[in-house]
Amino acid sequence: MRPFLLFALASVAMIHSAHAQDDLIGQLGEEKSAPVYSTAAFKTTRVINGHSLENTGHGVLDFRINHRFGFINGGAQEFFGLDGATVRLGFDYGVTDRLMVGIGRSGFQKTVDGFAKYRFLQQCDAGCSMPVTLAVVAASSMTTLPANQVPWYSEDRMDYFTNRISYAFTVIVGRKFSDKFSFQLNPGVVHRNLVASSADANDVIHISGAGRMKLTKRIALNAEYFYVLRGQLPEHYKNSLSVGFDLETGGHVFQLHFTNSTGMFERAYITETVGDWSNGDIHFGFNISRVFTVHTPKRPKS
Amino acid sequence: MNLRTKFLPLFLIPLALTAQDRYMTRTGHVEFHSSTPLEDIDAENDKVTSVWDAASGALEFSMLIKAFAFEKALMQEHFNEDYMESTTFPKATFKGKLSGIGADELAKAGTYIVSVEGTITLHGVEKSVKTEGTVTVDAHGAIQATSTFPIRPEDHGIRIPGLVRTKIAEAIEVKVRMDYRKM
Repeated sequence: MRPFLLFALASVAMIHSAHAQDDLIGQLGEEKSAPVYSTAAFKTTRVINGHSLENTGHGVLDFRINHRFGFINGGAQEFFGLDGATVRLGFDYGVTDRLMVGIGRSGFQKTVDGFAKYRFLQQCDAGCSMPVTLAVVAASSMTTLPANQVPWYSEDRMDYFTNRISYAFTVIVGRKFSDKFSFQLNPGVVHRNLVASSADANDVIHISGAGRMKLTKRIALNAEYFYVLRGQLPEHYKNSLSVGFDLETGGHVFQLHFTNSTGMFERAYITETVGDWSNGDIHFGFNISRVFTVHTPKRPKS
Repeated sequence: MNLRTKFLPLFLIPLALTAQDRYMTRTGHVEFHSSTPLEDIDAENDKVTSVWDAASGALEFSMLIKAFAFEKALMQEHFNEDYMESTTFPKATFKGKLSGIGADELAKAGTYIVSVEGTITLHGVEKSVKTEGTVTVDAHGAIQATSTFPIRPEDHGIRIPGLVRTKIAEAIEVKVRMDYRKM
């Protein structure tokens, strides 16, 4: 008799609760949600010079204007660097949400460059458990300077086409730790087909750290530092350090920053940075990103 | 026959009755349109959960903000990051009552005008709403409920900066379409 009474009581209680409880959806129980990936760890696809773990969206064309003024320590004569400027113009395109490609042309050493970036892993907020985003960037650049102006020029050296090419491979491991703070570590190697002297390594191994701190919804503070392992470059080359702000206004992102690097492609800012922060060899510069949706991917209908 | 077998079915009947009056979906459709001379913004979400208790009229919706899909990736990012703050407020919900339809109407095919009243929680801010909708019962007994109503972002504490004020409508049109099945 006892179990029967218990059942009867439980049954009555259930009917009661079914009517009284106003949380109908709660009674359905939690459904396992589809994977929700973390987004917007950085405002744009570059931290400052280096790549961030973000990609341009599928079908999105990103026109980028990168601009570096001269060194601030040029003084009033040089209007604190604002008289001089070097520019990189580039187009990036999101082939899929994971794959983006881009091309660019820099005034620095008259260089053209291209890259592909693929996100293998994406940090997950719900429905899966991946804690980090992992991306790989493969880039290549080529100077179009006249033969007697390339940095490695010497009279008896043949100007082979391949001499002008360099490659850069970077792995990006990053995480959006909170709404405000994101950080990424990027080990990589820059391969230069030809270098100026035997003191330069052809393969330059480096690791960089980059972070962003959101100050308001539309303003973020970014910083990145490239550490080149010792003994690979002559002493007068410095590690690249950049600090700046991202300002977002609708379809544009403005990045305003200070950096000791002049060039805006991997070989230049990783292996050819001559500016020394302690000397005031600092460029003021900006990147402008303007996105255009050129293709709208079809969404799977459920 | 002992007492147990005699009374057991009696306790089961009310349970079965309650369950039969309930309808639910996990693939409900909610879309919204913001229209201004400068920009049209559309987004849709096909993963909305809803339960409707036809006996009591109780109606609930729940949806993930991140599940709204936009045509432009950047719009979607701004929607989540700058306006809805979907990491802090991941869900939008509605709790209320649907009235104007009874068991008799549900039993036969037709389109019925109903009224809906309740509370929308969006961006962590509650706001009571009252609107009309339709419930359509087709020849096979399938039930579809629809409604269209406006939501004002400022009612839910969503601040729109002056720079983009002219691109986002003050009242955003929300359309709801639920194909319910019996629970």
